[in-house]
Amino acid sequence: MFRKFRGNTEAVTALPANEPVERLRRRSSGLAEFNHAIEGEDTLRILDLGPTSPTNIAYLTGLGHKVYNEDVLKESEDASLMVTAEDGRPTRDADRFLAENLVYSHSTTFDAILCWDTPDYLHEALVKPMINRIHRLLRPKGILLAFFHTRDAGPDAPYYRYHIAGEDALELQSGPHYRLQRVFNNRHIENLFRDFSSIKFFLARDNVREVLVVR
Amino acid sequence: MEMSGPKNEAHAEVAHIGKSVVVRGELSGSEDLFLDGEVEGSIELHDHHLTIGPHGRVRASVNAREVVVHGELNGNVRGAERVELKKSATLTGDIITQRVVIEDGAFFKGSIDTQRQAATAEPKRETVEAIAAGAFGSQPSGSSAPEPTLVEQKK
Repeated sequence: MFRKFRGNTEAVTALPANEPVERLRRRSSGLAEFNHAIEGEDTLRILDLGPTSPTNIAYLTGLGHKVYNEDVLKESEDASLMVTAEDGRPTRDADRFLAENLVYSHSTTFDAILCWDTPDYLHEALVKPMINRIHRLLRPKGILLAFFHTRDAGPDAPYYRYHIAGEDALELQSGPHYRLQRVFNNRHIENLFRDFSSIKFFLARDNVREVLVVR
Repeated sequence: MEMSGPKNEAHAEVAHIGKSVVVRGELSGSEDLFLDGEVEGSIELHDHHLTIGPHGRVRASVNAREVVVHGELNGNVRGAERVELKKSATLTGDIITQRVVIEDGAFFKGSIDTQRQAATAEPKRETVEAIAAGAFGSQPSGSSAPEPTLVEQKK
């Protein structure tokens, strides 16, 4: 079932007890590096772009940071964003998406962003605009953690929510259902983040590459 | 507005706003409130508890000692002691509180600022803080980073 994340995984039971949810535990070198960068820092502003995770919020606020949360993938599925391109294919209104999401009064203000694997599941029309907006929101030397599937993942690779379970550990919770839109190769990823100052790749034993980007 | 019976010994009275009630303007009180209707404006309960029921739809800034959300809340929240989002909750706005509890399944869009001391003042944005130099690189000494503030909130 979880062949995508074979390797260092084990099933755990998540709370609440009356609604057991299976979670897989996975080691993450990218997260370890991310945590290393934020440790010792006080009251950083950290943006989580995944679905609301009580675990992540508790973890990050427990470190004394201020946490922001925007589930951009969920927002991108809003029917009001769906438009038809000139060639007749369905697409998304990127201008409207950016008018309603990732909107803050000041630019370049977040210290760190957890992007997870959002770009892999986001509609093509929104990927580059979102990364450009993130570039504006992240302050110089700020960091971003993102995951990208490798070509072995396949289009039916399940979507997971990522919960921080420790300094270098993630718990993966299946759902909600999103379809993998594409697979970026290393060159695509470098091009996607070409406006940032550096990119560091972490190769995992599963079908995911972890990327730590510095603004 | 109707009053319910005693909730428990500590909170003998809880005001109850039913799901068919719509309130526009400032809502304030000196007793606990269970709100299952619609409110647009502001809610000030200061030392008391606010519970937004599963049918509750609130577009307001909220200030209470403890806030529990089952329904929908669009606005900034200050819970002097605690803010809790139940799994059915949808909250778009910024939270300032000492302690936050979020059930899996709740939707949250905004920021969470946990403060150790209960604050009785009006909700306000966190004061700007300088970021120490270190793993994140240096900031000019004495400078401060601007506070990101969610400007536009959808729906």
